[in-house]
Amino acid sequence: MHMLKIHNLHARVEGKEILKGLSLEVNPGEVHAIMGPNGAGKSTLANVLSGREGYEVTEGSVLFNGRDLLALEPEERAAEGVFLAFQYPVEIPGVNNTYFLRAALNAQRKYRGEEELDSMRFLKLVREKLKIMQISDELLHRAVNEGFSGGEKKRNEIFQMAVLEPKLAILDETDSGLDIDALKQVAEGVNALRSPDRSFVVVTHYQRLLDYIEPDFVHVLAGGRIVESGDKSLALKLEEQGYAWLADTHPELAKAELAGDRA
Amino acid sequence: MNESENMTREVAAPVRDNAEVEAALNRRYEAGFVTDIESTSLPPGLSEDVVRQLSAIKQEPEWMTEWRLAAYRHWLTMQEPDWAKLEIAPIDYQSVSYYSAPKAGLKSLDEVDPKLLETYEKLGVPLHERAKLAGVAVDAVFDSVSVGTTFRKELAEAGVIFCSMSEAIREHGDLVRQYLGSVVPTGDNYFAALNSAVFSDGSFVFIPKGVRCPMELSTYFRINAMNTGQFERTLIVVEDDAYVSYLEGCTAPMRDENQLHAAVVELVALERAQIKYSTVQNWYPGDENGVGGIYNFVTKRGDCRGADSKISWTQVETGSAITWKYPSCVLRGDRSVGEFYSVALTHHRQQADTGTKMIHIGKGTKSKIVAKGISAGRGQNSYRGLVKIEKGADGARNYTQCDSLLIGKKCGAHTFPYMEVKNPTAIVEHEATTSKISDDQLFYCLSRGIGEEDAVSMIVDGFCKQVFRELPMEFAVEAKKLLEVSLEGAVG
Repeated sequence: MHMLKIHNLHARVEGKEILKGLSLEVNPGEVHAIMGPNGAGKSTLANVLSGREGYEVTEGSVLFNGRDLLALEPEERAAEGVFLAFQYPVEIPGVNNTYFLRAALNAQRKYRGEEELDSMRFLKLVREKLKIMQISDELLHRAVNEGFSGGEKKRNEIFQMAVLEPKLAILDETDSGLDIDALKQVAEGVNALRSPDRSFVVVTHYQRLLDYIEPDFVHVLAGGRIVESGDKSLALKLEEQGYAWLADTHPELAKAELAGDRA
Repeated sequence: MNESENMTREVAAPVRDNAEVEAALNRRYEAGFVTDIESTSLPPGLSEDVVRQLSAIKQEPEWMTEWRLAAYRHWLTMQEPDWAKLEIAPIDYQSVSYYSAPKAGLKSLDEVDPKLLETYEKLGVPLHERAKLAGVAVDAVFDSVSVGTTFRKELAEAGVIFCSMSEAIREHGDLVRQYLGSVVPTGDNYFAALNSAVFSDGSFVFIPKGVRCPMELSTYFRINAMNTGQFERTLIVVEDDAYVSYLEGCTAPMRDENQLHAAVVELVALERAQIKYSTVQNWYPGDENGVGGIYNFVTKRGDCRGADSKISWTQVETGSAITWKYPSCVLRGDRSVGEFYSVALTHHRQQADTGTKMIHIGKGTKSKIVAKGISAGRGQNSYRGLVKIEKGADGARNYTQCDSLLIGKKCGAHTFPYMEVKNPTAIVEHEATTSKISDDQLFYCLSRGIGEEDAVSMIVDGFCKQVFRELPMEFAVEAKKLLEVSLEGAVG
């Protein structure tokens, strides 16, 4: 069975249709990269999957392990195992990072009927994960993302992912704003979390992230739909040639929709 | 947020169960019950006769009666203040009863009406010796009178006096006479004058030289009777090198009329003395349409009379329909320190105009102000503060930080900082921020599995962290819970 099955998804933001019949299937353990020009709907897809307000689904379906994902509240989706690594993680002043993460983990465990972790057991878990992620525990004592550098914020996202152990992780432009060292660190964190029963949807504008997180499949999202799918050689082709060539095989795509920066 | 964003939000907002929100709102004021107890009240109305009657009921000495009458006569010449950013329906002072007391007289806690004890149990304030709060001595004031003080013996052994104001006037007349009105004079302001004329009870604390009070002292105020005002008076005197931490809590039943509460609190700190005064104010705030609720007009002032003394106010104000309150410090002694930490929350139609005054007189005096305002629903929240540096206050320093948090679009936050600096060596700093609980912050929490109500209270708690840190442990927990309850239904 597919872990994630998106069928003919249409979604609107502020009354404007952004996703226009997107379909995608992801099996357990697979890494799918979603690439595409600016404004193609990449971030919209990530937000629709995690249930953000203001994204209105008008048609289509999303099944997650056989359940209707769209019928669930955002916090329920999280507890079911969907994780979104944010492009711009927000700061929550005064809320301790560790406290936040424990509240999140325990809320998810409660939803799943599992026992909540006390502070001792939680700290033990956190220390294990810190080791795997090679993150200093200094991050734990600060307020959520407050005063973090761009790289620290992204690493914190991956660290949260490590602790929450989702089934499906959606990385929304995780590489944006990172220098090459920070990018490598984040990618190593992600690779450490790859497993046969965990899937990734990696949304990115640039192919360079895929040098470090090797995808099983690469999809091109343009005009609100997946228009091309292939293996990682597709990403290389996009890097060399940009998106304009897609107009030959997909005459229905307006030029403007392919006019994003070269990948 | 612009109009169009707003519209889509409404279209696509997840449908939350309305009944659930309704229930949360109805649940929110848990202290709103009425205790059915026989009480003796003075008929409504205020006159010299009423003041005399009140003083007679309390078997007060002549000087006290005269003191009250002088205050009353002064009050008659005064006008209600109207400078605060508050909309207040006119108050008819003749329709208020100025005295109400449970009928049975009582000599010890064992004689207290079980219904009264039950009231305090319900509020989580066990008065009975069998269920004393661990390490906290409590004085409970029900309407106009104190109904019992715990831990008296233990405190007496340390030389600490902690009793009701009525008792203090009878038993420790000289001390009371020496200090009463010495920080807040009878004619200080309209409500202080009214209080001086008709105050019925309150707490008195005296910590002698060199004594560190062995436990937290706490007073619990409860308004029960209908059409009754509560006018309590608290006086805390801490002698040289002594220390006390004092807590007060307040609740009232849910009633459709507004009830008047006009208190005066005076603190005196002598050489190197320290006073830490914490308040969790949860008077009935009125319903979501602004019907009922307590009018809370309070004058609180501390006098750092001795060198190197310190007075620290911490307040969490979640209740009352109207709050008018400016706990202040007069920094008279050289190198004395004043602090003010405040969280004020207004939801529905609540209004708060609150802040502090720091008057620097002595050399090297320091003050710190951290004020956090939270507005939700149609709540209006104003910070009003005065930092005054007098001529002789060489090297005085002040740091002020005012932060406002808005939840929703119909509430308001306002900041009125006043500064008067007459000494060029002083350093005065002011920082102010206003923020909203953003959709981004909320969604971030939701996407990690944290539910909406928990997310809001987590964000608010983070916002208040700096102030909560100053509260004694049990109070910090209570304050956090109170905010959660007060904000139920604020989002979603």
